[in-house]
Amino acid sequence: MTFMKQALVGFAAVLLLAPALAVAEAPKPALKIENPGQCIAPAEEMRRNHMEMLKHQRDRTMRQGIRGEKASLNECISCHASKSTGSVLGKGGFCQECHSYAAVKLDCWDCHQPKAGQKHAGVAGVKE
Amino acid sequence: MNDPQDRIDNQSRRSFVGTAAAVGAGLGVAALAPGLHLIEVSQAGTARSPGEAASNTVRWGMLIDTTKCASGCDACVKACNTENGINETIKDARQGSQWIRKIELKDPKNGREHSLPMMCQHCANPPCVDVCPTGASMKRADGIVLVDRHICIGCRYCMMACPYKARSFVHQPLTEQNPEVPRGIGCVESCTFCVHRVDKGQMPACVEACPEGAMTFGDLNDPASAIAQRLAREPSTQVRADLKLNLGVRYQGI
Amino acid sequence: MHLEQHSRLESGLFYALVAAGGLVTAIGLGAALFMEHSGHVVTGMNNQIVWGLPHVFAIFLIVAASGVLNVASIGSVFGKAMYKPRAPLSGLLALVMLAAGLMVIMLDLGRADRLVVAMTHFNPSSVFGWNVILYPGFFAIVGLYLWMLMDRKMNPYYKPAGLAAFIWRLILTTGTGSIFGFLVARQAYQSAIIAPMFIIMSFAWGLAVFMLVQRAMYGWNDLTLDPAIRQRLKNLLGTFVAAVFYFVMIYHLTNIYFAKQTAFEAFILLEGGIITWMFWGGYVLIGTLLPLFLLYHPDIWPRPLAVCAASIGVIVGAFCQLYVFIIGGQMFPLEIFPDMLVSSSFMDGQIDHYSPSMPEFLLGMGGIGLAFTATAIGVRVLKFLPQDDISKLKSADGHLLD
Ligand code: HEC
Ligand code: HEC
Ligand code: HEC
Repeated sequence: MTFMKQALVGFAAVLLLAPALAVAEAPKPALKIENPGQCIAPAEEMRRNHMEMLKHQRDRTMRQGIRGEKASLNECISCHASKSTGSVLGKGGFCQECHSYAAVKLDCWDCHQPKAGQKHAGVAGVKE
Repeated sequence: MNDPQDRIDNQSRRSFVGTAAAVGAGLGVAALAPGLHLIEVSQAGTARSPGEAASNTVRWGMLIDTTKCASGCDACVKACNTENGINETIKDARQGSQWIRKIELKDPKNGREHSLPMMCQHCANPPCVDVCPTGASMKRADGIVLVDRHICIGCRYCMMACPYKARSFVHQPLTEQNPEVPRGIGCVESCTFCVHRVDKGQMPACVEACPEGAMTFGDLNDPASAIAQRLAREPSTQVRADLKLNLGVRYQGI
Repeated sequence: MHLEQHSRLESGLFYALVAAGGLVTAIGLGAALFMEHSGHVVTGMNNQIVWGLPHVFAIFLIVAASGVLNVASIGSVFGKAMYKPRAPLSGLLALVMLAAGLMVIMLDLGRADRLVVAMTHFNPSSVFGWNVILYPGFFAIVGLYLWMLMDRKMNPYYKPAGLAAFIWRLILTTGTGSIFGFLVARQAYQSAIIAPMFIIMSFAWGLAVFMLVQRAMYGWNDLTLDPAIRQRLKNLLGTFVAAVFYFVMIYHLTNIYFAKQTAFEAFILLEGGIITWMFWGGYVLIGTLLPLFLLYHPDIWPRPLAVCAASIGVIVGAFCQLYVFIIGGQMFPLEIFPDMLVSSSFMDGQIDHYSPSMPEFLLGMGGIGLAFTATAIGVRVLKFLPQDDISKLKSADGHLLD
């Protein structure tokens, strides 16, 4: 429990401090593309529109049950997660690096698992 | 004994017995995995192709035979917790999430006892959906009642309205979620019929884990489905039928 | 006509009070932030007692807010001259208490950060959803009404505005009561009598709050309320308190004899421990019998603090009544399998227990603090003191300037 608490406080501190530091030093985010290949759309369009794409996808999956589409959040994570930490968050994390720079705070990670390949021990050991 | 649902049940029971004997009973449901891959296939045809929306020609439902449900057995609860990543510890158990729980019943008139799992009953007329101020409580076209946690504000009115106490509120920050089952602080959640599995053509985790095969899952609208056939043949009840909510979950033996 | 001349001492006292109120409000906000950050684990609420102490505070404030407007309504809708000078204070209190109640409810949300979602997503079938329209509407209509009342140019229109406010507040309280009335699965709330009961409760609680605030303001300005007015108001309060009691009896009797909720009623009325104590000691004794005694005993009510004490009794009783209603109603197990003996890992078939935690209490108090502070400032900066006595006072010694 205390470990959990410390971890949470630490996590919160990182979340809170990171934007401040980023603003203070203002380094351009050095985004590391972990998996060579192609994003679901040209990089320029991704930079501009990924929030809208995700929100649109979110409603399609949640409300209509449509799955297996390109703009799935889990797909972004599996492609963009850092090889060393396995996550899109944290230092050098693909999503966080950029958002810290832009001082955007997301609530997505309250629920969505930021680590790729997080295997869960479900009954049927579902693959991926 | 020869409809597909029963085949599933037999297989899962046999594999359970086999694995349990080999590995030791304490290991729980995760040990079932190898045996159960086989049966996913038998549900083929229900998985939707990518890009296809859930349709109202389907209505997912569940039939629970309480005469097979053993008092003290909580395999379904464990399977649910594992599948949905409900693994957080919390001091006051009443603040923890219970998507499915076992209820023990005793009829004071004749002393008969029953044991059964209780979870979201996936009403056709869900009170939670009626009362939700933002429309986060929702019923998918195929009858699965869900909380859209992207617009849930955590007011808990749905929990007040649910006649089955089937909903839980997440009381603390979470970290170890199953990627396929996002869940997090400040929102209300409940049994999803394992929507992420059902959409892939798999069974809900509890159904698959039940060692007695007491739970049958399928399309209530499809007359050829095991569940529809059994409902046509055998008597069943809806809990609090007086509320006329037209439940997706039906019980036998109570 | 601002009350501009104040002695140094009086000013100092005023700022001290406002600072104290502000501090209580700030602590309440801090408590909410803490709850938001740690999650509701730090509260006594759980998945069975879903709504707790914050809701008791919030619903008191919201219901009393609509009731406190009564004084204004009697003046403008029913044309009673004595009430009209009290209308501005009544309107101010209504706005301030509603704002405070809403603040408490909002800050208790699991996702208070999603307020925008609450405003932009609207489910027309939800009573909560209707309330999202009713509350801002109340602010707008009461605000308009205050303007017409207090701006001489707009004065000719104040009557229709008063009528609109009156109707709107009846709908608003019906809406608040219906939040519970629609919970058909719960033994405590499925009664049709709840919405009208909330309306009459709002009358009593609102008037009690009004009398207290009025008394404090008069005391502050060394005024005494005209005994005739005082007698009228106290009789009205007594009538409301008696009416609430009547509704409460009907509610419990119908529950016992028609709905056959005998086990539930036995829990509330006889076996519920703290809940039973709160019902009989808090609501019946302190909230009903004591005020009625104070208000009607011919030797007692004319004494200086009798009406004040009665009003406090009514408010204490109101909190107890809401606690019994909201928390007692959830402590009693939901009947999922009627006529069966039930047990489970999640309180099925068992009476639950609830112990409110400090953050919840502080959040609720923060609402009270906000209402207090805003009223104090509003009264001093704007002309909300009942105007009949102001002019009397002015002609007497010219102490208060226009
Ligand atoms: C309170 C919990 C919660 C939060 C916060 C949350 N989500 Fe979700 N999200 C869910 C749940 C539950 C699902 C449904 C998963 C399913 O059925 O497969 C989901 C599904 C999705 C999906 C569709 C599934 C996928 O992997 O593509 C997208 C896209 C999505 N969310 C995006 C977001 C974004 C973007 C944010 C942040 C702005 C966010 N979510 C915040 C709970 C949450
Ligand atoms: C198949 C792997 C893959 C998937 C899936 C994927 N991406 Fe990408 N993404 C890439 C690659 C590779 C690049 C670099 C492309 C380039 O620079 O032309 C990239 C670039 C981006 C960029 C631009 C970064 C920059 O250079 O400024 C953003 C933003 C982005 N992705 C967001 C997302 C989001 C959001 C999702 C999910 C909806 C997603 N990506 C899914 C592989 C992927
Ligand atoms: C190239 C930089 C960049 C990268 C990489 C990036 N984002 Fe963003 N993102 C932004 C900016 C800038 C905004 C703010 C846009 C605005 O406020 O209009 C934003 C906003 C968002 C929003 C909307 C937030 C809101 O509150 O509406 C979501 C959701 C989001 N990003 C998800 C992601 C995810 C998931 C990833 C990683 C897969 C990611 N982003 C990677 C730059 C980036």
